[in-house]
Amino acid sequence: MSERKVIMGNHAVSYGVKLARVQVISAYPITPQTQVVEMLSEMCADAVLAAKFLKVESEHSALAAVIGAATLGVRTFTATSAQGLALMHELVHWSAGSRLPLVMADVNRAMAPGWSIWPDQLDALSQRDTGWLQLYCESNQEILDLTLLAYRLAESLSMPVMVVYDAFVLSHTSEPVEIPDQSEVDAYLPALASRTKLDLKTPAAFGGLTSPEYYFEFRYMMQQAHDRALVLMDEIGAEFGRRFGRNYGALETIDCDDAELILVTAGASSSTTRVVVQERRRRGQNIGIVKLRLFRPFPVDAIRRVLRKARRVAVIDRNLSVGCGGIFAQEIRAALCDLSDRPEILGYVAGLGGRDITLALLNALIDDALERKAEEGYLVFWGLKEETLYVER
Amino acid sequence: MIEVRIHGRGGQGAVIASKLLASAIFSEGKYVQCFPAIGVERRGAPVAAFLRVDDRFIYLRTDIAEPDHVVVLDQRLIVVAPVTEGLKPNGIILINSARSARSFSSLQGYRVYTIDANQIAGDHGLGSETAPIVNTVMAAAFLKVSQLATIEGLCKAIEDEVPIKRQANIAASNQAYARMQAFVGTAMKGEAGE
Repeated sequence: MSERKVIMGNHAVSYGVKLARVQVISAYPITPQTQVVEMLSEMCADAVLAAKFLKVESEHSALAAVIGAATLGVRTFTATSAQGLALMHELVHWSAGSRLPLVMADVNRAMAPGWSIWPDQLDALSQRDTGWLQLYCESNQEILDLTLLAYRLAESLSMPVMVVYDAFVLSHTSEPVEIPDQSEVDAYLPALASRTKLDLKTPAAFGGLTSPEYYFEFRYMMQQAHDRALVLMDEIGAEFGRRFGRNYGALETIDCDDAELILVTAGASSSTTRVVVQERRRRGQNIGIVKLRLFRPFPVDAIRRVLRKARRVAVIDRNLSVGCGGIFAQEIRAALCDLSDRPEILGYVAGLGGRDITLALLNALIDDALERKAEEGYLVFWGLKEETLYVER
Repeated sequence: MIEVRIHGRGGQGAVIASKLLASAIFSEGKYVQCFPAIGVERRGAPVAAFLRVDDRFIYLRTDIAEPDHVVVLDQRLIVVAPVTEGLKPNGIILINSARSARSFSSLQGYRVYTIDANQIAGDHGLGSETAPIVNTVMAAAFLKVSQLATIEGLCKAIEDEVPIKRQANIAASNQAYARMQAFVGTAMKGEAGE
């Protein structure tokens, strides 16, 4: 029997990892992620989860440890945030190139300095070119469900998957979550059967020198895996829906069919945006939301299908690629630029470093997005405290 | 939707109080969301935790700026923490204090209640004499004055989630719920904090 409990986002991951019958866990504590592995270490100590928990001296070592374990063909887990993920970076590339079916939780925390523990998507987005798949969560239920789905994706494609969610707004917020029954999860997620693994009986080389004769094709095959992921995401997301009653696709569209203005969001701010848009609809304004769940691979076709009908698109980025703009906005523009009937695209950067994305902020943003001249909407910083700025010379 | 802010000091259990209230209220059919204020929490320093209650799933994920009710785990916080900031007129302020509600004359315009949670917690061996752990006692008292859930719901949450001294916490909560003494504030217009 499934049960419904009030749990924090971090523990939603822990329950997901337990239900996935993960065999090796390695992590290094970092706020706001710590509670994920704290609970998992208790589960291991209490023998309710038959996993080996490896304590290590850094995030780089944590990822190295699960790379080693996964190379032997076992199901693994690690979790981190911000500087911890940055420290892993070399092995984030390595693990994707090794085609290992890893799953990692990244609790979005702003990159320092200024020293911050609050939410900002830049940590995960800085890993966008590594080959890891990325899933962004809106609620604690989605965190648990996408953790399970991530293992299906990872193991079907032999590619690593990152489950991403906002610091504190989800990680430390408790709300009702349905925790599925173990036998139902077992049916959805059978034991890992790696095709290639380190095995004395069938020796193979791993991570060896790859001359220009071969490297190119290895990378092309990673792209092929991501292409397959776009189809697979909708398939196994629909299967999840049949088994557990909650459907997951690459995108979630809310009220987009007749929308003049579509807001594009990812992560927890999607949730508050729903509240604002629902109220606007009541007042007769045709506004919709596209929630990006899958960011890598980037679901270009699905995005084109839903956004091309709108007059305007306003992308809300809780991240900034300094010198360029919001990262989701850049990718949306790239996806749409070849269309002759493309909508006007406005890029809003808001809520950096955990600045609260309030109802008032979103309402003012919508008013602005309806009125603003398109040519002045390439990069709009929304919610800046102008009085605290000084002009750099 | 009802929004609640809990003021406490690091170590008093404000965050656990918000969680136990959330679980108790959820178990009786309402939707809930709770979260701590995140900053540089340390033992003894002012902290806050928050709770939302609604009949439907709560999509709102913002800070709570204008709570309906406030719970204060240490009466000395009234002078150092912004306990009435944004508090809606006629909201409940439940204070852990041996004093009467009427004696908090600066809190006019709200429904002020007091309970000597230190004493009840002490009687049941919760925490130490100088640092009693009052979260379960205050949660029980708050449920009594807010009617958001029954004491049975809270006791079940304590049973499920409190790692130690479950029976002492349940006994203390029952006592707080039964002994809750109400002193309703006088003025109705929100002119508090004068």
